Formats: sequence, structure tokens, C-alpha cells
Amino acid sequence: MNRRKIIEERLFKLLAGIATYSLIAILAFIILVIFVKGFNALTFDMIIKTPKGGFYYGGEGGVLNAIIGSLYIAFGATLIAAIIGIPAALYINVHLIKKKRTQNTIRFLLDALWGIPSIVYGAFGFTLMLFLGMNASLLAGIITVALLITPIMVRTFDEVLSTIPIGLHEATLALGSTKTEMALKVLFKQGFSGFITAILLAFGRGIGDAASVLFTAGYTDLIPVNLDEPAATLPLAIFFQLGSPIPEVRERAFASATILTFIILAISLGARFLSKQYSKSNLK
Amino acid sequence: MNSYQTLNNLVLENNVQIPEPESILTVKNLNVYVHQHHILKDINLTIPKNKITVLLGPSGCGKTTLLKCMNKLTDLHKELKVTGNIFIEGDDILHTQTYLPELRQKMGLLSQRPFPLPMSIYKNVAYGLKLKGIRDKKLIDYSVEKNLSEVGLWNEVKDRLHSPATSLSIGQQQRLCLARGLAVKPRIILADEPTSALDPISSKIIENLFKDLKKHYTIILVTHVLRQAVRIADHVVFMYNGEIIEQGSPNELFKNPKTQKLKEYLTDGN
Repeated sequence: MNRRKIIEERLFKLLAGIATYSLIAILAFIILVIFVKGFNALTFDMIIKTPKGGFYYGGEGGVLNAIIGSLYIAFGATLIAAIIGIPAALYINVHLIKKKRTQNTIRFLLDALWGIPSIVYGAFGFTLMLFLGMNASLLAGIITVALLITPIMVRTFDEVLSTIPIGLHEATLALGSTKTEMALKVLFKQGFSGFITAILLAFGRGIGDAASVLFTAGYTDLIPVNLDEPAATLPLAIFFQLGSPIPEVRERAFASATILTFIILAISLGARFLSKQYSKSNLK
Repeated sequence: MNSYQTLNNLVLENNVQIPEPESILTVKNLNVYVHQHHILKDINLTIPKNKITVLLGPSGCGKTTLLKCMNKLTDLHKELKVTGNIFIEGDDILHTQTYLPELRQKMGLLSQRPFPLPMSIYKNVAYGLKLKGIRDKKLIDYSVEKNLSEVGLWNEVKDRLHSPATSLSIGQQQRLCLARGLAVKPRIILADEPTSALDPISSKIIENLFKDLKKHYTIILVTHVLRQAVRIADHVVFMYNGEIIEQGSPNELFKNPKTQKLKEYLTDGN
């Protein structure tokens, strides 16, 4: 009997270990393939130059237009999503704490919004754009991506806020806090790591999404200087270059993908560092 | 019949709130329901000023709920339906027009386990003062030192006031929570089994603190530990199944229990 249990234990540990490490291996493999395939094209020019004439036929230039465009759109959309998302998540956890049914309905609807494919947001953004008489522009891209990532932001932050023990609410209120003071001075701080995760997920989704910006932000070889100008994005740069019959251009697609991956990685690391710095005094 | 019971009866008969110099908080006909369950039944209670009143009883008898009614933390729980009156200094807090955060500052809360705010030791104590609109740094510094000294924590933390409150041991955290509550100058300290998560030494420190603090504050302590009630109570309220079964001085209650339920509790509790 004991022998059977020992074998069972070892077998399960082995299987679980394989599952876990194979995930990491897959991630490493993806990054490696992209990096290797794009290595030759990964020149300094790629990140400091905009496309010159004939770039899409293997000519000179880089994807600075798409890097800047993507950062503009992702930062802009994350900012809008945070402005809407933080109060929303706090409201769900402070003012709706007694209304479990409303809370659950809102969470369900946000989850549904999270699940809608981004092309649908793209189509919606496009319709909205036409309705408002806008052209494909940075602003339209930012608004559409903000719509896409706000539910992600709210639900991620909300998940962490909802795990804060009711005792901390009670302690804070008992000291004479209003609900607003409790939300802003205590719960926000206690849920700060969740807030960072929310920003990260939203930003990552926003910078990596192609379908929502396809019709709304447009594409240009220039760096946008105004909100009403079209903006290029990295996912679309990858998309266009990958479809090229010319091998050099396809290599550049992988180089662009490497750049995108590194941007996301850098932002993740920065945010984790921040989150650690600011949550030292949090209740464990 | 002791003076509190007499007062209670008077309150009941005349249906008025009597300004009694000795009492600070009066509960009248308090009933609490959760869905179909009647969890507090016709509670009538007078809390004497500057004494330690112990709400004693087995787990699940409604002690904590009664305590939470006293500063309206029942607001956080939708399923609780509360009827009746709770007078604090003549103001019925269940139907008051007073601004709730202000009213809650009359009562400090100490819960089963410490919940330090996610900030430094210093800021934990300063938090309530800042809510009151106090911005004078010197005054805040003074109050932080005074209140931390009052709970015997000052010497232990004076060199690391700006470290996170969570870096303290759990016993120290509980004393910090007490100091934090005292800083807003409450009249009453509501303590909900404040020593249940603590080791015997930390528990003893808290108990001794309560004995000192009753000079300036009224303390309402919820506990199921009989020995604790014997050690520090001035007035004991024995509850069972949502009802007050007996109340009186510890001497009266523990030496001559009148009801069968208290007799059983005393025998089993020991």
C-alpha cells in the first residue's frame, strides 16, 4: 500500500513538473525562434529610422514609426483605461459591497466584454469613427484600444481588491474614514500590486493587438505628431512585412516582433519593481 | 437586582432614554435578523462608563454581531437587518442624523486579529488624526509618541517608526491597532476577542493595558474565554443563542449563577 502511494506521489510530481517546465520551454522556444529568424535584420537602423523609399521591398529604413505609434497608442489607451478603470474597480468593492447581485452582474458583464474578440472592437471603433466624422487616426486608435482594455483593467484590479479582508474595511471605517478615504488611502494601497498587474495586462494587450487598430489607427511611414494623424503600430508592421514575398522583409517582421517582445518585457520588469517598492507595508 | 438591570427595567417601562451619569451606551430592544434567522433577540443593555464590560458566551451566540451594531459596521453586511435603538451619549446611532464617520470616531475598534493599515507604523497612528483634519506636524508627532507609549510600544518602535507596520510581531501589531484607535480620542473601545490570535504573553499585555485604560475609556470586550472574563471584567454580560441570559458583576455571576445555561458554561469552561 505504502509503495503504491510513493509511486503515485512520484508520478504526479513528475507529470506536474513536465507540464510546468514545458510551458516555460515553449515560451523560451517562441522567443528564440523569433530572435533567430529576425537576428540578421535586427540592426540599429530598425529602431532609430522610419521606413525609407522601398523599405517594403528590402530598401533602407526601420520601424521607428511603428514603435512610436504603438507606444503612443498603448500608453494613451492605458491612461484612459486607468482613469475609468480604477474608480470603477474601487466602486465595485466599496460602494457595492452590500449589493452582491449587482456586483456579480457587473463582473459577469465585464468578463463578457473581456471575451469579445478585438476585431469586434475594431469594427465598433470604425463605426464610431465614421459616425463622428473622424479619419483613421491616433486618437481613434487610442479610443478603440481603451475600449478593449478597460474591462481587463477593471477585472484584474477588482480581483485583487475583492481579496482584501473585510477586517481591513472595518478597521479603516472604525477610525472614522469615509468610504472615499478608505478606497483611496487604504484599499488602493493594499491592492497596489493588483493595480500594477492590471496596468501590465492592459498595456500588454493594447500594444500587442492588431485587429483593433487595423481600421482605426491606420498605417503610415511617418511618426504622428498630432492626435488626428494616422499612426503605425508594431503588430501591423509585423503583419504587413510577414506577408511580403521578399525574404529580407520577412526577416524584418521577426526583428519587429523581437522589438515588441522586448518592450513588453521591459515594461513588465519595471512595473514589477515598482509594485515591490510600493507594497512593502501591505498586509500579507 | 443590580443597578444596571434596574436601569434597564426603567428604560423598558418608561420607554424613554434616561440620562444616567454612570452609563455611556444603552442598547434598547435590539433585534438582528439574517434572512429568516433571528440572531439577536430583544437585547437590552446598559454599558457602565469607565468600566470593562465583558460580553461572554460560546462562539456563534451573537457577541460579535452585537459589538458591530455598536459602531454600525453592520452596514457592511447586507444580509443583516437591524431594529431597535443604540444610544451613545444620548444619540441613537441606528437612526442618527450625525455624520457616520464622526460617530465612529467615538469608538475605537480592536478586532480578532490585527489589521494594520498598509503604511508605516507612524502613519498608522497618524491616520485617524489626519482624517480629523490635523495637519500640525508637531501635534501629530506628539500624539504618535503619546499613544504608542500608552500601549507600551514606543520604546520598541521609536527607532523604526517609518518601517512598515507589518514588520511588527502580531502582538505588537495588535497594540499598534489599539494605539491607532486611541489616537482619535474615542470614548469607548470595542474589542472583539482581541487576544484570540496572540500568545499568552502578548495577551497578558493587552489585558493589563485594558485595566489601565479603563480610567479614561469605557471598554467593551467580547470573549469566549472564561478566565479572561474573570481576570478583567467589571461587568459581565452572558449571552447564549442570541439572548442575554444573565448579567451582573463577575462576583455575582461566577459565584452564584442563576440560570442553568450559565452554570453549564462555567462548568464546561473550566
